[in-house]
Amino acid sequence: MSVDKATVAKIASLARIRMDDAALEQMVPELNGILQWVEQLGEVDVTGIEPMAAVIPNTLRLRADVIDADPLTGGGRQGDILANAPAAEHGFFGVPKVIE
Amino acid sequence: MTDLTQLGVKDIRDGVRAGDFTAREVAESFNAAVAAAASLNAFIVTTPDHALAAADKVDAARAAGEPLGAMAGVPIGMKDLFATHGVQTTAASHILEGFTPRYESTVSQKLWDAGAGMLGKLNLDQFAMGSSNETSYFGNVTSPWKKAGSNAAMSPGGSSGGSSSAVAARIAPAATGTDTGGSIRQPAAFTGICGIKPTYGRCSRWGIVAFASSLDQAGPMARSVEDCAIMLGAMAGFDPKDSTSLQMDVPDWEAALNSDLRGKKVGIPREYRMEGTDQAILDSWEQGKAWLKDAGAEIVDVSLPHTKYALPAYYIVAPAEASSNLARYDGVRYGLRDLPEGVGLQDMYAATRAAGFGDEVKRRILIGTYVLSAGFYDAYYTQAQKVRALVARDFERAFEQCDVILAPTTPTASFPLGSMNEDPLTMYLNDVFAVPASLAGLPAMSVPATINADGLPLGLQLVGRPFDEQGVLNAGLAIQQRAGFTAKPEKWW
Repeated sequence: MSVDKATVAKIASLARIRMDDAALEQMVPELNGILQWVEQLGEVDVTGIEPMAAVIPNTLRLRADVIDADPLTGGGRQGDILANAPAAEHGFFGVPKVIE
Repeated sequence: MTDLTQLGVKDIRDGVRAGDFTAREVAESFNAAVAAAASLNAFIVTTPDHALAAADKVDAARAAGEPLGAMAGVPIGMKDLFATHGVQTTAASHILEGFTPRYESTVSQKLWDAGAGMLGKLNLDQFAMGSSNETSYFGNVTSPWKKAGSNAAMSPGGSSGGSSSAVAARIAPAATGTDTGGSIRQPAAFTGICGIKPTYGRCSRWGIVAFASSLDQAGPMARSVEDCAIMLGAMAGFDPKDSTSLQMDVPDWEAALNSDLRGKKVGIPREYRMEGTDQAILDSWEQGKAWLKDAGAEIVDVSLPHTKYALPAYYIVAPAEASSNLARYDGVRYGLRDLPEGVGLQDMYAATRAAGFGDEVKRRILIGTYVLSAGFYDAYYTQAQKVRALVARDFERAFEQCDVILAPTTPTASFPLGSMNEDPLTMYLNDVFAVPASLAGLPAMSVPATINADGLPLGLQLVGRPFDEQGVLNAGLAIQQRAGFTAKPEKWW
């Protein structure tokens, strides 16, 4: 499979990365080179093989059902969370007006 | 007085404990060495005050007769992928420029708790995506090594290129690295130092800027196997804040180091004999076999039949996870915001990400987005995950016949910066020997073996069973003792 400029534009839009025409033109052969190379995976017989999502068998733990059990990742950290925001206003993240 | 910057982790720790010198003297020496090595561009920011404050704490603790931690008095470099409280953390990207975490990553906190101090935040490939340290927004890192008869700036490898350059140049006795598909081992091999990626889950990923979560693992980079064992012990351990953290005790790897390999079997994977591998690398592999045999091990042939497919599988799995992980950089909560006049939210996202990500990062996000998109998911992503399962199964079967695997770390020695940029694929191929162990989550290490005809270091790689860092370190130690690798780059910076 290979991609054309329209497809790359579609992917870029899905990925929320603005790309102008020149950038798209340049990306098409680069992505095709990579995609053609990974095509070889199609040769591998994977009959009966389960896709591997985790290397070490591990079950997800549940934390104790306690409010603010870990003060670092618990609540009450509004100031810390907003500290790096490009536009923090009135205790919220500020964004441009959204009108649908 | 000895030049303290020539000392490694163990010698500094022992010297500070014995009172041969103070932690402050060590920190001052390395701070000065860091300040004098700006031309390597190994650091994005330096934090001499952090190193001094940590040293003073250690000296005070010693004076008060308190017990000292495993890294007491050792100033280290911190890869700029670890969130550090109050110190800019960028992942070498523009999108995170100026981001100053209000929290500390688990691994860095453990190192500070063990008595280490921070010399600064080390440069890397942007978001750890690269094998030559040429994708950083803050400029290339240069290796302290030069090719014989040439003045060309050489690659320190990547992505932990600031780490490898700093440790090889002796401006840091050790540094943290992270390894997603070879990012500790390949730079270690390029610069003549040691680096170990532990079993997936040994080191907490909490507070490490995420690239590919099912692969990312932190590990130490230092100049000896002993130093790696000490530092890994300080970095590893269960962390409830990382859902994939291993709930296991951390063995005392340093205490159990033993280079007597009698009764051990070392597997030589025949599929690693690949076209395009330097003859000098193949020769060093032969030499490695002889060294391990000399240490008492039996050498056996093993087969890892899916080796050739590991790299293409990696270049689907890793970008897929990256495209998802990097979706968080949207210009809303932290980092860069690019808000052109009069545009809405969606355009702000797209403009921010266009301005904030470098070319390689964009390429991988696009690949990842494509292979996860409707209609292509099964053909690419599911197929790659199945191949990943086969790569892991190959190792399982090989480890029925051997205890540890010996292979080259890289197919070539370091190359000049700028010489491999024509086609992204050529660069990817540099990780061909490193990626399989990453896909399988296995502990793997690179140790320096020899110098090639160009005067550049070559590394050998050891891969172990899950949780058997000790077996990897022991075989690494056996090689280190026999290789007698003492070469170091001539100072030009």
